[in-house]
Amino acid sequence: MWSYEKKLQYPVKVSTCNPTLAKYLTEQYGGADGELAAALRYLNQRYTIPEKVVGLLTDIGTEEFAHLEMIATMIYKLTKDATPQQLRDAGLGEHFVAHDSALFYNNAAGVPFTTSYIQAKGDPIADLYEDIAAEEKARATYQWIIDMSDDPDLNDSLRFLRQREIIHSQRFREAVEILKEERDRKKIF
Amino acid sequence: MVKTLPQEYYKQLEEIQVADFVLIELTLYLDTHPTDMQAIQQYNQYAHYSKQLKEKFEAAFGPLEQGSLNRTPEFWAWKSGPWPWQV
Amino acid sequence: MKSNPETFTKVKSYVPFHGPCDPCPPIGRKYYSTPPNLYLGFQPPNLPQFSPAEALKSGTLWAFFYDFYENPYKKRAGKGNG
Repeated sequence: MWSYEKKLQYPVKVSTCNPTLAKYLTEQYGGADGELAAALRYLNQRYTIPEKVVGLLTDIGTEEFAHLEMIATMIYKLTKDATPQQLRDAGLGEHFVAHDSALFYNNAAGVPFTTSYIQAKGDPIADLYEDIAAEEKARATYQWIIDMSDDPDLNDSLRFLRQREIIHSQRFREAVEILKEERDRKKIF
Repeated sequence: MVKTLPQEYYKQLEEIQVADFVLIELTLYLDTHPTDMQAIQQYNQYAHYSKQLKEKFEAAFGPLEQGSLNRTPEFWAWKSGPWPWQV
Repeated sequence: MKSNPETFTKVKSYVPFHGPCDPCPPIGRKYYSTPPNLYLGFQPPNLPQFSPAEALKSGTLWAFFYDFYENPYKKRAGKGNG
């Protein structure tokens, strides 16, 4: 089971009402390399992977849900008081007519989330390599969003999320080493 | 509804976020380094510290976690905001 | 394996091909990140830590992994608008 904590992992501050940024951020909400895809990918892989790395997949998968809530908070804050006109100017007119300012799991181009974004090959190495790639793609996506954004407070939170991708990548690489290990791990380095 | 929160709320919340972040980092590290005794010791130290911070926060601002004590006998405080996206 | 930032850079760049019939003016250099973890292998014990408050701010407990990101094209006029 999961337990909820009434707090964000990292404070989210937004300096300006900027629905355009909200539109870009949905890439990390319901996009292929977004936080939802990450959480579902890792948690689902746990059932068919050597027990040595189940704990790691559980903990990173759980942290991804905390990141999903941070992204949701950013999108919410960037759009909550925007008028229909402002949303239209931000390219969110199509979103507005279907959802008003409700959040929805789609990517920045409005394509709805699909589970075909994630893989479960049942092969531990294939699955962990996918996870490493997913972290690098998410890191790159955060970079491109930071490049597009001029909101210093938002960029601060995005930099935190980007740094987390680096740590997760590190841990997944270590998980591969653990599964490769012959007898004594110390020999590897 | 415009609601402002006291500075103390943000201060204590951030202290908890700081402590819990150390816990998250050590958790992931220990998942791949399960015999690092120093890290385990640091983890336990921060687990204890985080609990203390949360008790203090909850006494002032209400429950933070499912399973926390409800300190007001006449009202179910968990259902009240602020929710994380509202602070 | 000690944290030794001098032994590698966190950003690399290259000059992309620009053909005679490409309409946009050349971007000059393209940049890409090569974060510190790519150079570490399995994390050794006792890496130097940030203070807890710095750790949260930085997004990592261990200074070695810290990689501040800034838009590399920012200096170019007309770029980096939101």
